[in-house]
Amino acid sequence: MSDLAQRLTMTDASVKVSPLRIGERHVAGALILALCTVLVLIIALPLWALLSKSLEDTDGKFVGLANFVSYATTPSLFYSLLNSLLVASVTTVIVVPLAFLYAYALRRSCIPAKGAFYAAAMIPVFAPSLLSGLALIYLFGNQGMLKSWMMGASLYGPVGIIAAETLYSFPHAMLILVTALALSDGRLREAADAMGTSRWRIFRTITLPGARYGVISATFVVFTLVITDFGIPKVIGGQFSVLATDAYRQVVGQQNFPMGAVVGIILLVPAVLAFFVDRVVQRRQSAMLSARAVPYVPRADRQRDLALLGFVSLIALAIVGPYAIAFWGSFVRYWPYNLSLTLSNYDFAQVEPDGWGTYANSLMLASLTAMIGTALIFTGAYLIEKVKLFPRLRAFAQFLAMLPMAVPGLVLGLGYVFFYNAGWNPLGFLYGTLTILVINTIAHFYTVGHITALTSLKQLDGEFESVSASLKVPFWSTFRRVTAPICLPAILDIAVYVFVNALTTVSAVIFLYGADTKLASIAIVHMDEAGAMASAAGMASIIMATAIAVKLLHVGLDQLVFGRLQQWRQR
Amino acid sequence: MSNDTTPFLSIRNLARNFGAFRALRDIDLDIHRGEFVCFLGPSGCGKTTLLRAVAGLDQQDSGTIHMSGRDVSHASPSERDFGIVFQSYALFPNLTVADNVGYGLVNRRRSRDEIARRVDELLTLVGLPDQGKKYPVQLSGGQQQRVALARALATAPELLLLDEPLSALDAKVRLRLRDEMRSLQQRLGVTTIMVTHDQEEALAMADRIVVMRDGAVEQVGSPEEIYRRPATPFVADFVGHMTFLDAVVTGPGKVRVDELDLVVANAAPFAVGTPVRLAMRPEEVRTRGIGEETLNRFEATIGDLAFLGSFCRAHLQPTGSRATRIAADFSTNAMRDLGIVPGQVRAVAFPPEALHVFAGEGR
Repeated sequence: MSDLAQRLTMTDASVKVSPLRIGERHVAGALILALCTVLVLIIALPLWALLSKSLEDTDGKFVGLANFVSYATTPSLFYSLLNSLLVASVTTVIVVPLAFLYAYALRRSCIPAKGAFYAAAMIPVFAPSLLSGLALIYLFGNQGMLKSWMMGASLYGPVGIIAAETLYSFPHAMLILVTALALSDGRLREAADAMGTSRWRIFRTITLPGARYGVISATFVVFTLVITDFGIPKVIGGQFSVLATDAYRQVVGQQNFPMGAVVGIILLVPAVLAFFVDRVVQRRQSAMLSARAVPYVPRADRQRDLALLGFVSLIALAIVGPYAIAFWGSFVRYWPYNLSLTLSNYDFAQVEPDGWGTYANSLMLASLTAMIGTALIFTGAYLIEKVKLFPRLRAFAQFLAMLPMAVPGLVLGLGYVFFYNAGWNPLGFLYGTLTILVINTIAHFYTVGHITALTSLKQLDGEFESVSASLKVPFWSTFRRVTAPICLPAILDIAVYVFVNALTTVSAVIFLYGADTKLASIAIVHMDEAGAMASAAGMASIIMATAIAVKLLHVGLDQLVFGRLQQWRQR
Repeated sequence: MSNDTTPFLSIRNLARNFGAFRALRDIDLDIHRGEFVCFLGPSGCGKTTLLRAVAGLDQQDSGTIHMSGRDVSHASPSERDFGIVFQSYALFPNLTVADNVGYGLVNRRRSRDEIARRVDELLTLVGLPDQGKKYPVQLSGGQQQRVALARALATAPELLLLDEPLSALDAKVRLRLRDEMRSLQQRLGVTTIMVTHDQEEALAMADRIVVMRDGAVEQVGSPEEIYRRPATPFVADFVGHMTFLDAVVTGPGKVRVDELDLVVANAAPFAVGTPVRLAMRPEEVRTRGIGEETLNRFEATIGDLAFLGSFCRAHLQPTGSRATRIAADFSTNAMRDLGIVPGQVRAVAFPPEALHVFAGEGR
């Protein structure tokens, strides 16, 4: 043994290499600086352009708050604000309780087929928002199957918008509430049961307070989602104007950029508010559960489970039904008079000059965004979280990375128009290209990916980088050999999230596409405007099918990654 | 230890603040080649901050660090020469044991065979031959700790840093690994600094112990010095058990506790009438072979007894003094031979050389 020890020390004298390395510090500094530059270009400057544009007149002269004054004193514009508030409030009041009960059934009862119900409620996430509007038109519109149910009222207006927004925003609220209800200490329930507490009192004193931050968060998310959504009011709103359609009309229709900017800033208010509420809530929520909490495991209760099963089935039907009808409708020759099936609605070139090309554009955009965006987001999160140099710059990058969460797509899109379309901007050549669509989409969905990456990076041992430094291995080697492989599941999550959203988004890109880069989601809007509803529904169905297929592929890939490639996770 | 007079590691005036909190205050410390040094102290005393400053993982606000005569005060960790083992071990979970151990060797332009041979040597050295193909999650805590040690030693660093390397382990495993690590360190002769809050671990492993408190060095010395001659009441209290009594100096080498007059061997220069604190270890209280002429002899009532395995801890109530209670350890042998039971009145004595005198007011 001592022989060996001696040999060890002997062999080593010859091993020491002279420190011929590129300064890690310089590389880290350059990378963090590059990250900040990119984030400033794709997030900060467009937002700044929006803010400054709102303070200028149409000739670019500074006019202070004059645009805001004229907005408030123009009745037609001001009414849209009231309309938007009405629609968003009513939708929120409908969606949050329904989603809460749905999530409660999934988490706290013993109903069968929870996975299927979860999947059913998630369907709207995979389609452009306006597909829910189209679906409702198939059912309750002027030629709707169930038009009689409307009892003479018109679908086109607040009623249709609220119904469609309810469908569209339901999964977002449910996701938050499922998570909130998952965080609960089973011991509290057991203690209450042991004291003979009534079920209603347990619900009131334990369940509801435990999930209250989730409820607050869901409320703000739904409200923001609805007030900033563009697709649904566009297809089903009729003459009922809201903020989002106003912004579009001001900018695209009337070329009144300053007024568009004003509307954008008004839209920014609820989103920024929601953002800060969410941050506070997140902090409280994580503090609520101690490390020793025991997760609650529901026990069977026939009466409760049957009642909840009935409710959940009804909601699932109300969600899946319209989408199925829209899918069916896309194959119908002439709704509702000739219900024979045809593929002619999928010959998009009949109604949209670019035809299937728009779908190819969308796939291209989604793939590029997923690849470039995921690489940028994950590397950026790594630099911010794990490289312990330049704290000020990293804090700045972190702030910029969190910013897009507070910016609705429509507002970001407006900012891009003002910034990249400005005459003085040397980057103006990007306008209308695929590049700007990719950049914009990355920026639009940056924050969620960033948070996913941060969460998974925070779970790694904080000393990996210290160990590497002591072994004189540069951080990029450790990133490649250890950090990225361990975080592969999170990287896949980010890629799929970005891909699906890039396929379905309308709001930001509708200002930015060019003659050769029209996207499928925008083609849907145009086909609907042209009265080709079946084709619009067809294209939306294609997008939805693609998004769902990608998600299924992701689930399969995840199993492969966990099962085969990452054997080190199992004992 | 070498006779080299220039220290291997030399720390001067090192200070570090976290906002208003002074984590390190003016640390001066020399560590010699081949030494095993323990930084010992309660949590928050700055011992880990000091270790991380030595490693370059946390930059100090002021002060200098020299390693082998080279100024490394502002060098990055990779520009210093050390291996480190963390409490969590920080093993790369997606790499095999062999890849973990060879991690630092890969980018040193060495052939694959060479690396494999070296990894085998190291794994044999830490007692884990043939475990190279496993993943960390398949090993026990003790085995993971050894892999972390092998990885830290792979590049043959001149300095080995251990940050509470044993505290995540079971008591039994901890005892075994502590001996193994100590003998490995002596065989390799690598200069080692270990951070620990466990005084027993420090006493058993270290050549020298640095006791720290509130970001400052309280005492530096061999385990024996620290235990036998604590420089401050804090050290006396933190290392081993100690009974403290309030006393007054009554003459050269003489103090009084309540009605007890005691002789002390190492009387510090305190003037007559100065209030002082008297300290003694429970195991130093004598109860065998006490005659009339034995110094510091007095009668005491045996209070409650706590059975602690190989010995019993008794609380003594000196006759004629209500307030004072003194802890005394009696071996199980003595308990049986002398028939010690609660309530008994016995003659006991403090050996003068076992009494420590500290200034009266706190520190």
